[in-house]
Amino acid sequence: MNQDERFGLDKNVRLLGPLKLDSGAEFAPIECAYETYGTLNSDKSNAVLICHALTGDQYAASTHPVTGKDGWWLNLVGEGKPVDPNHDFIICINVIGSCLGSSGPSSVDPSTEKPYGMDFPVITIADMVRAQAILLDHLGIETLAAVIGGSMGGMQALSWTVQFPQRVKSAIIIASAARQSAQNIAFHEVGRQSIMADPRWAKGDYYDGDPPTSGLAVARMAAHITYLSEEGLTKKFGRRLQDRDEKSFGFDADFQIESYLRHQGISFVDRFDANSYLYITRAMDYFDLADDYGGVLANAFKGTKTRFCVISFDSDWLYPTSESRRIVHAINAAGGNVSFVELESPFGHDSFLLPAPEMNEIINGFLKAAP
Amino acid sequence: MNKPEYKLRPDLAIIAHNITANARVLDVGCGDGALMAALRDQKNSDARGIEIDPANVSAAVTRGLSVVQGDADTDLSEYPDNSFDYAILSQTLQTTHRPDIVIDNLLRIGKYAFVSFPNFAHWRVRLSLGFGGRMPVTRLIPEKWYNTPNIHHVTIDDFRAIVRERQWIQENQWFLSGDKQTSRAGANILAEHAVFLLKKD
Repeated sequence: MNQDERFGLDKNVRLLGPLKLDSGAEFAPIECAYETYGTLNSDKSNAVLICHALTGDQYAASTHPVTGKDGWWLNLVGEGKPVDPNHDFIICINVIGSCLGSSGPSSVDPSTEKPYGMDFPVITIADMVRAQAILLDHLGIETLAAVIGGSMGGMQALSWTVQFPQRVKSAIIIASAARQSAQNIAFHEVGRQSIMADPRWAKGDYYDGDPPTSGLAVARMAAHITYLSEEGLTKKFGRRLQDRDEKSFGFDADFQIESYLRHQGISFVDRFDANSYLYITRAMDYFDLADDYGGVLANAFKGTKTRFCVISFDSDWLYPTSESRRIVHAINAAGGNVSFVELESPFGHDSFLLPAPEMNEIINGFLKAAP
Repeated sequence: MNKPEYKLRPDLAIIAHNITANARVLDVGCGDGALMAALRDQKNSDARGIEIDPANVSAAVTRGLSVVQGDADTDLSEYPDNSFDYAILSQTLQTTHRPDIVIDNLLRIGKYAFVSFPNFAHWRVRLSLGFGGRMPVTRLIPEKWYNTPNIHHVTIDDFRAIVRERQWIQENQWFLSGDKQTSRAGANILAEHAVFLLKKD
């Protein structure tokens, strides 16, 4: 039982900040939308922060208010799972820039009483993490037993260990990287251009009218391909036709894969804001943990006392094993404590969100073995 | 506090016994982390491991150890010079593509290197090959020629020769037969297994 009103499901709080941004600007006030599961123990030593990915949200283990779908990380978080509310005090925060309640381009600027739109400041992964730290201060949590994230969540976890090394006992970084690759920036740019080419985008000022759903849907379709693998696509769809026996000799969704991607695009626009997509992809593109350390990644981890666990998947070509190994080598070179494993899975980058017994086993072992 | 008891493989027991307390140790090919756990608990070592098999990595991580999935042939070059007191390569030398480069790396990374390997000149191996005319399958070399991970079989005398050639310094040597320590005399015929402690200079 949580008596504390700050804890529980679907929480929102406005914090004064100000949040100092990497761009040099200051941002205030900061809206934070988050959830907590489990009970904070008396010495506040069981807090586990879950960091979500690009289009994720705070509903890691509870029903999504828009889609009605189960929490996105129920495979890892829940009773009897490696991250267990019976044992851990679990926090998941909607990143700033997003659109599920935390400050983002779609939230209302108190100074104009209109949505920020493109007046929202350009943010970075480090800014997201500093906002989370301000929220944890508000929640009275100084130290995290663990910070866990996949993909962009892994970037946040890395940023936590570098910005607030004394606050993070252990970090689990899954299917992620210490910098966004040129190829990944390229994919993001395709998505952004698709949104901005939709006339309804209107330079980001669409909140009174029709949002640029066509542009956002195409952005999602392109991105979704990068989350899968050729093997996975071939297995799931092959060249099979959708609800027809013959090719149509037209431009309908003849193939199952086309139909699937269109569905992915269309259903995404109901739950996500196009401007948020621009801002968050930008934040990921700007991410290079070595930037503040003369380009030498190992120096980012100098003197680190955090225990690291790095996990990659062999079919993930978006954040391939080589990027994980780069993190591992840097931590090793800094004399840090790091474990690493590459797991087998045919499902590409999305593997970390799917049932993965080997991943659960190693995360469970890593968390339970904490000194 | 009682220190947990560990039943280590005999070559690992020799290595564990001869490592000084509070040392930084890198175990290359650490398996499920048995030696690392013993060193941590009995010698207060700060131990790190490299292991190629993901199931073994998982088992070692569950023991609270820091183990990185990797390959002795390709990943040692990423470790900085003199970052460990000891680098250990137990029963892995004969599986590497370039054992000489691997040992160079061990001696670059660690002040000392422990290297243990099955002796391919043990009399049982000689009998099998010399009289049987077949690639030997023994207790310590249990796989057949076609599925063995051992691609660079080595004898104790071969090893001594490369130590001389490369001017590595041999600090100590131990020999095992039937899991018991055995004498240096005639080791190249009588020992099933050898453990060497090397340093660079």
